[in-house]
Amino acid sequence: MDSQHLNPSSLKSRFTATFLRALIKINAQKPISSSSPREIFQRYRRIKVAADKSMAYSVRSRRTWSRATLWKLRSRSRSRLASSGRRSSVKTRTTTTTTTTTTATNHRAAIVEKTSHEKENKEDHVGLAVQAEELRELVPGGESMDLCNLLDETAHYIKCLTTQVQVMKKIANLYSLE
Amino acid sequence: MSSRRSRQSTAGVSRISDDQIIELVSKLQQLLPEIRDRRSDKVSASKVLQETCNYIRSLHREVDDLSERLSQLLATIDADSAEAAIIRSLIM
Repeated sequence: MDSQHLNPSSLKSRFTATFLRALIKINAQKPISSSSPREIFQRYRRIKVAADKSMAYSVRSRRTWSRATLWKLRSRSRSRLASSGRRSSVKTRTTTTTTTTTTATNHRAAIVEKTSHEKENKEDHVGLAVQAEELRELVPGGESMDLCNLLDETAHYIKCLTTQVQVMKKIANLYSLE
Repeated sequence: MSSRRSRQSTAGVSRISDDQIIELVSKLQQLLPEIRDRRSDKVSASKVLQETCNYIRSLHREVDDLSERLSQLLATIDADSAEAAIIRSLIM
């Protein structure tokens, strides 16, 4: 809807240009004649990383969450280059983290239920601090922020995510028309 | 509402004024499609945070789905000509 007034230096146009360039690079890497499920999966991973990276790059280091994303992606690619033979161990680490998160989330959900029922109108700060833990896991770099910064970064992160989804949707629709 | 400025309930919530938190939470509230459409002021802060987490997770899922869709589409198009068309349609 507001694509009619696209400001060349706006976040949306910076993201679009960066992401498109990444897509073209990904497309050029493998002449895609055979699309085996494995190749499609690899491409999907690369596209997803490109999308997150393009958005974080368009935001630059102005935000804690974008800095955290860029740092995470760079250190991940660095470790992959350094240890191309140890890929299996990297996968294991990721799986473990996911399991820990799920357990912690269930445990926290129990606390939150109790907390929000007992103290909803009164002790909002306590409920917030517990609820914020869940948010910290979703927002990049959230672990080290105080509550105020976390809320502020979250608002910006959500705005950028919606822009990212909007542009990706548009690109997908245009591609599927070709 | 009593002033709770000096209360240190948990590690991350010390010496932050109520007003700051309320302002930030209402800013978040404006971004959430569910709560914004309901047009009610009486949404508790913890509900806003809960909705925020759900919303972020659904956005992550959308990015995932779109990446998957793009990975399948990428195989079927000639990217260079598509790029020009996309940029044109996005900018005009």
